Amino acid sequence: MPYLGSEDVVKELKKALCNPHIQADRLRYRNVIQRVIRMSKLDQWGQAEVLNFLLRYQPRSEEELFDILNLLDSFLKSSSPGVVMGATKLFLILAKMFPHVQTDVLVRVKGPLLAACSSESRELCFVALCHVRQILHSLPGHFSSHYKKFFCSYSEPHYIKLQKVEVLCELVNDENVQQVLEELRGYCTDVSADFAQAAIFAIGAEKREQRGDKKSLGDCCQVSPTKILHCRCAATKRVPHIWLPCGIARTYTDQCVQILTELLGLRQEHITTVVVQTFRDLVWLCPQCTEAVCQALPGCEENIQDSEGKQALIWLLGVHGERIPNAPYVLEDFVENVKSETFPAVKMELLTALLRLFLSRPAECQDMLGRLLYYCIEEEKDMAVRDRGLFYYRLLLVGIDEVKRILCSPKSDPTLGLLEDPAERPVNSWASDFNTLVPVYGKAHWATISKCQGAERCDPELPKTSSFAASGPLIPEENKERVQELPDSGALMLVPNRQLTADYFEKTWLSLKVAHQQVLPWRGEFHPDTLQMALQVVNIQTIAMSRAGSRPWKAYLSAQDDTGCLFLTELLLEPGNSEMQISVKQNEARTETLNSFISVLETVIGTIEEIKS
Amino acid sequence: MISQFFILSSKGDPLIYKDFRGDSGGRDVAELFYRKLTGLPGDESPVVMHHHGRHFIHIRHSGLYLVVTTSENVSPFSLLELLSRLATLLGDYCGSLGEGTISRNVALVYELLDEVLDYGYVQTTSTEMLRNFIQTEAVVSKPFSLFDLSSVGLFGAETQQSKVAPSSAASRPVLSSRSDQSQKNEVFLDVVERLSVLIASNGSLLKVDVQGEIRLKSFLPSGSGEASAEMRIGLTEEFCVGKSELRGYGPGIRVDEVSFHSSVNLDEFESHRILRLQPPQGELTVMRYQLSDDLPSPLPFRLFPSVQWDRGSGRLQVYLKLRCDLLSKSQALNVRLHLPLPRGVVSLSQELSSPEQKAELAEGALRWDLPRVQGGSQLSGLFQMDVPGPPGPPSHGLSTSASPLGLGPASLSFELPRHTCSGLQVRFLRLAFRPCGNANPHKWVRHLSHSDAYVIRI
Repeated sequence: MPYLGSEDVVKELKKALCNPHIQADRLRYRNVIQRVIRMSKLDQWGQAEVLNFLLRYQPRSEEELFDILNLLDSFLKSSSPGVVMGATKLFLILAKMFPHVQTDVLVRVKGPLLAACSSESRELCFVALCHVRQILHSLPGHFSSHYKKFFCSYSEPHYIKLQKVEVLCELVNDENVQQVLEELRGYCTDVSADFAQAAIFAIGAEKREQRGDKKSLGDCCQVSPTKILHCRCAATKRVPHIWLPCGIARTYTDQCVQILTELLGLRQEHITTVVVQTFRDLVWLCPQCTEAVCQALPGCEENIQDSEGKQALIWLLGVHGERIPNAPYVLEDFVENVKSETFPAVKMELLTALLRLFLSRPAECQDMLGRLLYYCIEEEKDMAVRDRGLFYYRLLLVGIDEVKRILCSPKSDPTLGLLEDPAERPVNSWASDFNTLVPVYGKAHWATISKCQGAERCDPELPKTSSFAASGPLIPEENKERVQELPDSGALMLVPNRQLTADYFEKTWLSLKVAHQQVLPWRGEFHPDTLQMALQVVNIQTIAMSRAGSRPWKAYLSAQDDTGCLFLTELLLEPGNSEMQISVKQNEARTETLNSFISVLETVIGTIEEIKS
Repeated sequence: MISQFFILSSKGDPLIYKDFRGDSGGRDVAELFYRKLTGLPGDESPVVMHHHGRHFIHIRHSGLYLVVTTSENVSPFSLLELLSRLATLLGDYCGSLGEGTISRNVALVYELLDEVLDYGYVQTTSTEMLRNFIQTEAVVSKPFSLFDLSSVGLFGAETQQSKVAPSSAASRPVLSSRSDQSQKNEVFLDVVERLSVLIASNGSLLKVDVQGEIRLKSFLPSGSGEASAEMRIGLTEEFCVGKSELRGYGPGIRVDEVSFHSSVNLDEFESHRILRLQPPQGELTVMRYQLSDDLPSPLPFRLFPSVQWDRGSGRLQVYLKLRCDLLSKSQALNVRLHLPLPRGVVSLSQELSSPEQKAELAEGALRWDLPRVQGGSQLSGLFQMDVPGPPGPPSHGLSTSASPLGLGPASLSFELPRHTCSGLQVRFLRLAFRPCGNANPHKWVRHLSHSDAYVIRI
């Protein structure tokens, strides 16, 4: 069957956009596009396709740009969501220099998106919700007046409810906070335990599946403060969003803590354990709520049975024990029952907590600390627990000052959450992802997908650039230019996906000598994420990086070429200095690859510099 | 673009499998998809899944999975739209969409897919256009009845069995659904509204949301060559769009947003609220509209619950009074109230206000079925339950009258025939005169509201 309806248009357009000769002839090219736009007789599939093709067109003048936008305006009113979203994306990308046009388009797409969110088709609803979240990242207040549209209904599947809860958390503001929290509280006692727990976590500040990372992170911080930087970045890399960029608990801490405290009154096991875990994260991120949390804690130990909940409770009792009157007695119960405790993690947590509490309330804790240490060293079968016990024992032998120095780490770190809290991402950072699968998978998941896709596609004979071409649409707009700009690095081929552990990096870094040092001009502020992403594109991994804005600012990078040669790099921005110092170390001395590596690095940094200016 | 398309039954059996580009694995992909789907953790969404450079995107439609795979980063909106359009198309051609009809009409389905998609690109999805290319006739199964049985074996005619038997492409079905229906010359116009409501425990209205659409299903024969008849749909004249517009006298019928199908001619919409279109065969959504917060008519149902809970003995008494605020001549059908109960509730004793009602415990919830509720009537039910479980120490400060955990919110599901919550009505449905038309076509207009989520907090 021949193409019906859209045949000529699509063919002509394809020809025009793929043929370099026509592209070179601007007049012809323009005529084609104008004609195409005027074709209103296309069916929706044709329209969507044309809109997709037009993404490649770069208007030459402002006048022409607005011409095109006016011609395309009717597509924003189409009844087909595919066409509306295609048009929205095109508008966002064409108008990348005109933020007010972008905002205007996003206002107009609000209606169709909300309609899709309450559509009968669950699948469409889900996809629309993902895009709503994407928009909310840039315009936090965009859907705030429509918060009721995102209330869950009992018959919806789990995955839609979870999306809606997250949307609700993101669009909360001073006016609707009461209603939204009321609604969220309703979810916390949902019949489905999973959904109830997810809702409680949402009221707190973190995402559930990433609990593990967070915990290990906390441990790192306590064990060796010098390593914080490394650990944090390593964890960041595994899961780019450790904390939900959700301000609900941060901004409305009092209300949230109050709701969570009321939930404790229900004395339900599955609720209490999650509430306590949320408390742990809350006091870590928002120290101002410590007092309220400490008052809520007594009594909830009766309703916690699982390992995660116990760990959280014990941690809270250890760190803030001096404010909780009955903390030693609760811990004593745990010590009494330590023999029947099945989870080694709980025992470890108990050791640390008790030792901490011992520092602030020695009289009440001395006896049981002795008993616990005795048990752990003499009877415990789990080696990690036993070693931890021995470690603390020896530490105590050294003297109480030493114990204090090591164990009394900061009790909260409000900045930690902000690190991942992308204040307001510009629309341009995701415009090219709009109406694709990226928001549906989530940026993090998509990164892993495209990475393994890239690895599959990259044949050994092909030069690296071909894999860029293959994954063309995956590279965000701003990176695209950069990739083209990159000099063909000749002999140098960096291997993708080469993750070094922070430890290994540190060891290697210390053992090597600086092979090359250079200074690049550098002005003002920038976003480390952008740099990290840009480096990722050229297969340079970021091992660790300071927070944005801190002085001195440091970043450690690593890369490996196909012969196995490692390049370790330190970027350093001194306070008050307007230049970036680059030191590169190499584990095999080879000047030609070193030079091409440095030129790659220079290009990336130069591009970032251009973008921000 | 689209690499493969397949249809799975609800149990995961592949019914239809089509590879458009030959760029990715074979038939086992369908099995792989089902395995991934069933193995998915509860909090991950199944809509889009990824496996080895291949994206699976699916919709569920009447118990079937319609799945496409693609290796590109395509627009999810367009793909989902295409899938639901395909579902409608298959419904149009096979009579209805279901496991049975698909497996009876395999050849037709493949033929349709061949025409709709070429090398993974959409060509057309218009029923009208496709009609010219589809040769296979649909096999329909008639419901088995005694009346048909009487003709068995008479005059050596085909038996009922041969009509029902699944046909392969070679054996042409006896009865063509399309030719049969096109002779019937019918048009169905449905105004369907979905109502989602949230009522707070103190009775105040938190959220009202009406999603409405006007759906047209046409079985008119479309003469090839000549333009098909024009249809005019007249809506209520007081119908206004947006908050500011005001028409007619008294409270108008207001909706927040309207979108029309691209084939609708809106020349007379502004002046007379008339939609003009040339109805293609098959199903078409003429208009979609939404309305929130401001409902002209009272809500169809009000629930007045009272809960007594004795924490000590674990005795829970729930008294529910349901008032139907419809006009007395209309009624609600298939009303079902669903009330989640605390965990571990065992015994249920009930006192219902009329015998046709039924209440039972199912999956940790109370289900109260009311087959028919007349407008203006009031129904009540008294339910007593025992909530076992740890009596627990006397609670600190919590009053004993507070309802136990896990009770509520109540949700209602119902259908309201001949009623639209927005008040929108179709005034008339007129078909332009056709010189060659044989008989005046039958025109059916239905209005229907049903509940999407009607939730009342307790």
